[in-house]
Amino acid sequence: MVFLVPRMPRWDRVKKSFFDWDRLTDSFPHLLRAFVLDIKIFAWTTPAILIVAILIAIARSTRNPALFPVRIFVIAYTDIMRGVPVILWIYLVGFGVPGIGMDRPWNSPLIWGSVALGMTYSAYVAEVFRAGIESVHESQRAAARSLGLSSSQTMRHVILPQAIRRVVPPLMNDMVSLQKDVALVSLIGPIEILRQAGIDKAKFANFTPFIGAALIFLAITIPLTRFTDYLLTRERDRTGASKVR
Amino acid sequence: MSNKLILNGVSKSFGTNQVLKDVSLSISAGEVISFIGASGSGKTTLLRCINLLEQIDNGSIHLDDVEITKLGVDANPIRRRIGIVFQSFNLFPHMSVRKNITLALTEVLGKTADEASSIASTLLTRFGLSDKIDSYPDRLSGGQQQRVAIARALALNPEVLLLDEITSALDPELVGEVLDVVRELKGSGITLLLATHEMGFAKEISDRVCFLADGTVAELGSAEQIFTAPTDARTQQFLQRVISAGRLRG
Ligand SMILES: Nc1ncnc2c1ncn2[C@@H]1O[C@H](COP(=O)(O)OP(=O)(O)OP(=O)(O)O)[C@@H](O)[C@H]1O
Ligand SMILES: [Mg+2]
Repeated sequence: MVFLVPRMPRWDRVKKSFFDWDRLTDSFPHLLRAFVLDIKIFAWTTPAILIVAILIAIARSTRNPALFPVRIFVIAYTDIMRGVPVILWIYLVGFGVPGIGMDRPWNSPLIWGSVALGMTYSAYVAEVFRAGIESVHESQRAAARSLGLSSSQTMRHVILPQAIRRVVPPLMNDMVSLQKDVALVSLIGPIEILRQAGIDKAKFANFTPFIGAALIFLAITIPLTRFTDYLLTRERDRTGASKVR
Repeated sequence: MSNKLILNGVSKSFGTNQVLKDVSLSISAGEVISFIGASGSGKTTLLRCINLLEQIDNGSIHLDDVEITKLGVDANPIRRRIGIVFQSFNLFPHMSVRKNITLALTEVLGKTADEASSIASTLLTRFGLSDKIDSYPDRLSGGQQQRVAIARALALNPEVLLLDEITSALDPELVGEVLDVVRELKGSGITLLLATHEMGFAKEISDRVCFLADGTVAELGSAEQIFTAPTDARTQQFLQRVISAGRLRG
């Protein structure tokens, strides 16, 4: 690719409209400022997603027959949330809920767009947690219960900690895609980085601002992924048996 | 001696497979009783039923003359009084040895972290593991893990301890150190029920031996009688096979 692409007939034009250094430096400050909103949306949706997802996963894994209706409810919730594209939920909730006529600030598409994002992601992440919970061997539950721990103490101290450790990699995958999908909220109004890049593109009649936005995303997502790997390795070294050569 | 545990016509099925058939037994306080029998005869299931990890279909189990299998009885306080050690150790891999032992002490018995920790270190010292208190289970040998598992069960000071083939997953040279711990427990007042394939050990340590065949008590007697003069044909056959396989020494 590196070798072939520059030899294509229209490469010069593409280079000029996508990789223009001056346009990059012009738009970079705007983009960074707009990216703060992406980070804010990410920062307030992530904890909510994790908490809701764990609660859903626990509700789905419960064996108490009295909680059967709750289980049916969360199964329906995850199926419906995962069955519709994220962007559709953002439109429906982000435009729909403010439309019912609530007062400021509750009529903001930004808030409801983030809520829609959080709701869909919590359904995906709940499935990740549930897979983790189910991967903990039944004998761990037996050992905990045999010591007199209640089922909720068993979940909290024995099952969940092991489940969460196991699902860190898939969880980080979801977090990295969330970090990117935050940009979808821009489609209902808020000026975050993707929209800012669009504005700059129109102003300069040049696509380079999108390259700028891509670089900014990479600057966040790559360290995030590397950091996860580091944490995992450290955890494995601390608790694991010595490695096989 | 008073009866610690009474089993009355206990039956248990998994689907259509009836694993325990009308098992009745009385076990005195402080007694050591071994359950022997072929693989699949129901030893593990019997111990799990006594610990209420399995729900029995019929019959009843009494601890100190109180029925523990009655519907609506809270299993948690009963399980504190009846400890169990598993063949595969089942230590919590994400917790240090100390935390494995103190978890139930702080969460279930409401002891402070300091009290719990001192109970843990006393037990570990007793079992020759004091230097392992801050290790994680994966860094221990099988024998060490199983001794930690015994310590974890004993920390709650149970009246009855169920040992389910606790040496089966161990290399032969590690069996001895675990059996030494069990020898030490005998006579401490605790009631011991063990499922085992270590016939030599069962003969040495048991007050009585119970031979299970197809989920029924085929023969029950003193260790001496069962191993030297079994009356039931199935017991005789089983011991014959065990002896020819070299698993009964001494
Ligand atoms: N959870 C379960 N579900 C279905 N069947 C089971 C279950 N646990 C045990 N069984 C069956 O019950 C029977 C008795 O099993 P159990 O584990 O009690 O035997 P055991 O005497 O302990 O055997 P071993 O010496 O091999 O440990 C076996 O046929 C086994 O397949
Ligand atoms: Mg067994």
